Amino acid sequence: MPTTLTINGAQHHVELPNDVPLLWVLRDEVGLTGTKFGCGVAACGACTVHIDGVAVRSCQVTLADVDGAITTIEGVGTPDALAAIQQAWVDHQVAQCGYCQSGQIMQAASLLAENPSPTDADIDDAMQGNLCRCGTYPRIRAAIHQAAKTTEG
Amino acid sequence: MSRIGKIARRTFLIGSVAIVGGVAFGGYYISRPAPNPLKPGAGETTLNPFVLIDQTGVTLFAPRAEMGQGVRTTWAALIAEELDVELDQITVLHGPAAQAYYNSAFIADALPNRRYNISDFQHGLGEMLGVVGKVLNLHATGGSTSMVDGFERMRKAGATARETLKQAAADRLGVKRNTLKTQAGHVIAPDGTTLSYSELAADAAQISPPNVELRAASEWRLLGKSQPRVDMVGKVTGTAQFGIDVRLPNMRFASLRMNPKLGGAMISYDASAAHIMPGVEKIVDLGNGVAVVATNTWLAMQALEAIEIEWQDAALYPPETDAIFAKIAEAFSDEPNSTMRDDGDVGSLPTGATELRAEYQLPYLAHATMEPMNATAHFTGDALQIWCGNQAPTFTQSHCATTAGLEPEAVEIHTTYMGGAFGRRGEVDFSVLATKVAVAMQGTPVQVTWSREEDMRHDFYRPGAMARFHGAIKDGKPVMIDAQIAAASPAQQVMARLADMPPAGPDKVHVEGAFNAPYAVPNFRVRGHISDIPIPVGFWRSVGNSFNGFFIDSFMDEMAHAAGRDPLEFRLEAARAEWEPGAKVLETVREMSGWTGKKTPGIGRGVGFAYSFGTPVAQVIEVVDEDGLIRINRAWIACDMGLALDPGTVKAQMFGGMVYGLSAACFGEITFAEGEVEQGNFPDYDALRMHTMPKTEVAILETQKHMGGAGEPGTPPAAPALANALFDLTGKRARRLPLMHDFDLFA
Repeated sequence: MPTTLTINGAQHHVELPNDVPLLWVLRDEVGLTGTKFGCGVAACGACTVHIDGVAVRSCQVTLADVDGAITTIEGVGTPDALAAIQQAWVDHQVAQCGYCQSGQIMQAASLLAENPSPTDADIDDAMQGNLCRCGTYPRIRAAIHQAAKTTEG
Repeated sequence: MSRIGKIARRTFLIGSVAIVGGVAFGGYYISRPAPNPLKPGAGETTLNPFVLIDQTGVTLFAPRAEMGQGVRTTWAALIAEELDVELDQITVLHGPAAQAYYNSAFIADALPNRRYNISDFQHGLGEMLGVVGKVLNLHATGGSTSMVDGFERMRKAGATARETLKQAAADRLGVKRNTLKTQAGHVIAPDGTTLSYSELAADAAQISPPNVELRAASEWRLLGKSQPRVDMVGKVTGTAQFGIDVRLPNMRFASLRMNPKLGGAMISYDASAAHIMPGVEKIVDLGNGVAVVATNTWLAMQALEAIEIEWQDAALYPPETDAIFAKIAEAFSDEPNSTMRDDGDVGSLPTGATELRAEYQLPYLAHATMEPMNATAHFTGDALQIWCGNQAPTFTQSHCATTAGLEPEAVEIHTTYMGGAFGRRGEVDFSVLATKVAVAMQGTPVQVTWSREEDMRHDFYRPGAMARFHGAIKDGKPVMIDAQIAAASPAQQVMARLADMPPAGPDKVHVEGAFNAPYAVPNFRVRGHISDIPIPVGFWRSVGNSFNGFFIDSFMDEMAHAAGRDPLEFRLEAARAEWEPGAKVLETVREMSGWTGKKTPGIGRGVGFAYSFGTPVAQVIEVVDEDGLIRINRAWIACDMGLALDPGTVKAQMFGGMVYGLSAACFGEITFAEGEVEQGNFPDYDALRMHTMPKTEVAILETQKHMGGAGEPGTPPAAPALANALFDLTGKRARRLPLMHDFDLFA
């Protein structure tokens, strides 16, 4: 089915069956590979994107179910123009292998949008669906706190 | 991008700067330089296999797999330190598969010694034998070797290039080389004239490199200080390219299903339903599985589900977990493969001593990298290109060449960033399978991505392992440890798979972490019994130490409690009498954690200690009882790798290594039913997450003489530290893992 998606502010026309998950539309059709495949069953969070600003697991949203504007990691900031949250990740040297970090940042950005100064418990609640096999959690937590301060300031 | 692509393409060509003449045998073959794999194009100069300079700047080659451990940054820093370039002004690439990029530290690690107590002579011997890695074409990353391997060689590569550039400048300016200075990619003359390295490169290439002396550590600008990682910005913007992110013109997407009964073949399949599904272009018979090539990975995965397959049984190992461990236990009755430690006499109980016995059993484990296995291949009939994250480019090259019916020189390996590896990406299976699909799709590049389930069910697992301990304590001290370890051998299986080498001699890796535990125990024997059970096993972060560390340090804890001693003091005494750096890390975690040895209601504390890859690590773990659920609350880590080249990265590896160990200790197990692995995805094989991660502090000591590794030594002490903390809290001794079966863990 031909569908038009709004991704990072741009229109994309795709022709794929309705049941293809958004993850695979983004990665294999649109060519936005910053969003990662980790599990396919919403158990790791690597595929997290925003639909109208809210974090969703793109492996669980079919093409037919997309009902708003999509933001991926590529739409948050670029190497030459980092968003505050990405700068916080750089400042705390968070990433190791880095594979989960797109999803971590998208989840954290969604958290900060609805809760500008999260407590450690808020971070635990919001981030526990995002797996990191390298164990970068302490630095993710520190980066979220820094991003919260930057955004407030 | 185009420049990187250009260099990557060109680097495949074997350079013409190799030493000419002579015979390629014996000592000469070992000592002569390996050919420079970098083939400079017009306007480019390579001064050695690690430095390439052109008009746009300097490119350094860090041919070690960046799997998250920060090697690309610290490797580049070793060169940049002497070359006098800034890390934010250069490009760092992995480079091609090449003999010049051999790992010089693997062989030294394989010598049959305990490492911590070796003499300077033995250390020197190990370094000399390191060049055997070149003969074996061992371009590989693993064993926490990169810094030991690169520390001298890469600083020399940088220094040699710098002095050659200075000589070019000296010739041009008519001054002496020793009057020139270098800074940030420029040569500076006494009169203030500056010449960029790019301007000088072409001249420098004509000059024989002068002999160089390395700078003293006191002069270092970069080393010993935390550097911003060169891969960080790419990894927070989604622009770092992992294997799964490779996109080529006209590329197709594929996925596969392999026989879940490991080692079994495929009897037949019916793909008639799959053929007509949307996006499907081709079904490829892989012999023991099938691949679907489609226009989209997900469409390929859907079509795979629609294929009816009849699998052959895996008849070579027992089909159920309990029978598998019964089979492993049979190895205890066999002659030991190794007796790597045999101090004193374990045959008779010392007079007046109290004896203890314990048996432990640890499960098979999957690597579960965040990025599932994948590789992209493009076969054009007379050449093959492979893009993938891998820890062994030369093995990947030779195996894919065989699969495609080509010479290795016709196969170009592009090593990408890795979404985790932990040893899994040292294997070549995912590249070989992609090659098979690419051969069937000649002319069209294909990316083959495994589902999470395929990844978890076709791993080369950390072997299930068992141990029998007989020990004794007397006057509050350990006086005897007699350990038997039974498990399949990852080293034997890997060497057979990758290099077709039969098992030879005692397998040190099988008993590492046990035979070389730096504890003074007068009667101490460690025997390794290798089970030939053919479940595929491989290198899993810290390898033998991952089980032996648990065995030894659990038993030390049992002995301490039986002796009525504080478990940390008990270890400390035994460590101090054997090797001072071991004692120092224990003392450090005692201070950091405010260890008192006194019990606090509702809180348990345990200590774990292990020496692996040349680095002693001690950890204290604190658990708390919260309304009947046990939460890991805090952790303290102290390590000593002699020299921490990037302290920020070392800390990240220490807490990351601990998390990997704690995740497995709490939740990790691969079990079998009807010959198939039962776990398939993260809900069955969970790990620590944000809410279960303890608050952690890391201390780095630099007291020991020889350098040790960082990527793996954080893992072995984690499981025993946690199990010992649980004993402190509950009085229940964990003699098997994962702990979730015997303790109510907060998850």
